[in-house]
Amino acid sequence: MDVAAGSNSGLPLATPRRRALGLARALKVVRVVTIYFLLVLVAFLMTMPFVWMLSTSLKEAGDVFSYPPTLIPQPIRPSNYVEALTKLPFHLFYRNTAIVAAAAVTGQILSSSLAGFAFARLRARGQNVLFILVLSTLMVPEPVIMIPTFLIFRHLGWLDTLLPLIVPYYLGGSAFYTFMFRQFFRGIPLELTDAAKIDGCGLFGLYRRILMPLSLPAIASAAIFSFFARWNDFLHPLIYLKSKENFTVALGLRLFQAGGQTGQGVAQGRVVEWQLLMAASVVAMLPCLLIFFFLQRYFVRGIVTTGLKG
Amino acid sequence: MGRMAPQPARWVVGRVHLRQAQREEIAFYLFILPWIAGFLVFWAGPMLASIAISFTQWDILTPPSWTGVSNFQKLATDPLFYHSLKVTTIWVLGAVPLHQLVSLALALLLNQRVPGRSLFRTLFYMPAAVSGVAVALLWLWLLDPYLGLLNFVLEFFGLPGPKWFTSETWALPGLIVMSLWSVGVPMVLYLAGLQGVPEELYESAAIDGAGELRKFLYITIPMLSPVILFNLVWGVIGSFQVFTQVYVMTQGGPNRATLFYVLYLYRNAFEYFEMGYASALAWGLFLIVIALTILQFKLSDRWVHYQGG
Repeated sequence: MDVAAGSNSGLPLATPRRRALGLARALKVVRVVTIYFLLVLVAFLMTMPFVWMLSTSLKEAGDVFSYPPTLIPQPIRPSNYVEALTKLPFHLFYRNTAIVAAAAVTGQILSSSLAGFAFARLRARGQNVLFILVLSTLMVPEPVIMIPTFLIFRHLGWLDTLLPLIVPYYLGGSAFYTFMFRQFFRGIPLELTDAAKIDGCGLFGLYRRILMPLSLPAIASAAIFSFFARWNDFLHPLIYLKSKENFTVALGLRLFQAGGQTGQGVAQGRVVEWQLLMAASVVAMLPCLLIFFFLQRYFVRGIVTTGLKG
Repeated sequence: MGRMAPQPARWVVGRVHLRQAQREEIAFYLFILPWIAGFLVFWAGPMLASIAISFTQWDILTPPSWTGVSNFQKLATDPLFYHSLKVTTIWVLGAVPLHQLVSLALALLLNQRVPGRSLFRTLFYMPAAVSGVAVALLWLWLLDPYLGLLNFVLEFFGLPGPKWFTSETWALPGLIVMSLWSVGVPMVLYLAGLQGVPEELYESAAIDGAGELRKFLYITIPMLSPVILFNLVWGVIGSFQVFTQVYVMTQGGPNRATLFYVLYLYRNAFEYFEMGYASALAWGLFLIVIALTILQFKLSDRWVHYQGG
C-alpha cells in the first residue's frame, strides 16, 4: 500500500526512498562482509591445527623449541618423516591397520546391507521387535560389553591377533549401518524391484543385482564412515593386541609418544621429539584426509541419511 | 535365498501368495542371520554375562568366586567411582550444550547464501575426518603450556596462557577446547536441517513483520528441534564414553582431574584385573545412559516439534 501511495504522489518522495534503498544496500554489504569475515575466521581456526602439525613435522629439533614459534620451518627437513617411520616398524603398523580396515569395512557393509535389505523390503513376524533391538544396540555404550567380549576372544585364543578387530563386523557390527542401508533401500522405488521379481529374479538376486548396484552412494558412505572408525580405533587394539609387530597405527603412535621401544611408564605430556611425533601423526591421518577430500559428498550424505530421515 | 519357483498357474493366486509370504519370512531370517548371530554373541550375551560377572570376584587367571552384591556395595562407597562420575558429568554438562551451540552457529554461518561457501564447508568439516590418537597428540602439542601454539596466541593478545593438561583446573577445559574442533557431524546435521526448512515459512513471517531474531526463535528452532534432540541424545551417549583422549593425553591426571568413567572402568578391568568390579561399573554406565536417553525422549514431548506429526 505504501509503495502504491508513493508512486502516485510523484517525484518529491522519490529522493528519501532512494536514500532508504541506498541504506538497505549498504546494510547488505556490511552483512556479506561480516559473513565472510566469520567464515574466514572459522576456516582459519579449523585448518590451523593441520597447518601447524605439518609445519612442526618439517622442522629441525632446535626450531621446534624456538620462541616466538615460526610457521615456515628453517630449514625444511623432510627427513623427519624417514626418521619417524623407521624408528619403529611403522610399515607393519600400517599394513596391520590396512588389513583390519579393509576386512572390517567389507564385513560391515556385507552384514549390514543384508540386514538392511531384510528390514526394508521383506515382511516377517517379529520384524518390528527385531528392528527395535537393532536400534537399541546403538544406545548401549561399548564399554558395557567390553569385558565379556574380551573373554570370548580370549577363550577362542584370538588375543594378540587381528581377528577380534575384524570378525564382529561380519556379524552386524554397528547398527548404525544397518539403519543406514534400510533407509537407503526404502528410498528405492518399488517398481524397479517389482519388475525384477516378475523377471524371475530371486530375493538374493534382487539384493545383489538390483539393490546393491543402485546403492553405490550408500555403500560409499558406509565404507567411509566405517573406514574412519576402524582406522582410528584405539580402545579395541589396546585391549586385544600385545606384541609390537601386530600393532595398528594408533597403538604405534602411542609407542612413539612413550619414547620408543618400551611403551611403559609414559610421563603425561612429556614428549621431546615433537617434530617426529607430528610427522608420524601426519602419516597416520593421511588416508582419512585423502578419502575425505575425494569422497566428501558421500561423507556428508551418510550423516544426513541416518540422522534426519528417522 | 534361491530363485523363486516358476509360478505354476495364474489362477491359484491364494496358494501362491501364502507360499510366497512364508518364503519371504524364511528369506528375512536368512538375510538377518549374521546380525542375529552377532546380536547374541556380541550384545545380548555379553550384557547378560556382565551381570553375572558383576556378582563375582575374578582376576581372569584364577576361576571366579561368587561374592554376591559385594561389588555393588563397593561401588556405593568407592570415592573414585563418585569422582569419575563427577568428572564425566561435568564434561557432559559442559561439552554437550557447548557442542550444540557451536555446531548450530557454524551451520547457520554456512547456510548463508554467499559465493564460495562450499569451500568453507569443506574446511569446516575437515577435522571431523580425523580422530583418535593422532588428533590427541596434535592437541597435546597445540596446548603445550610452554611451546604450544594456543598459548603463544593467547600471550600475543596479552592473556595468560593456562597450564592446560598439567593443571588440575585446566585439563578438563583443555579437552573441551579440543572437542570443539571436531563438531563436524552435528554441524552437518544442523546444516541439512536448516536447508530443509521451507522458505515459505520465512516469507510469510516477513510479511507479518517478524525480524531476524523472531524468525530464528519461532521458525528455525522449532523446525530444527528434531535434529537438536537427535544431536543431544547422541552427544550424551558419546560423551559418557570418552576414553582415547584421556588415555593418551592425561592418563586421567593431573591428580585424577580427568579420571573419566570409562578410563576408570578400563583400569579396573585391564590394569587391576578386577573383572567383577569393572562389570559392576559397566552396568552402572549402562543404567545411567539408558536413564538419560529415556528422560530426554520423555522431555522431548514438550519442546520437539514434528512436522505434520
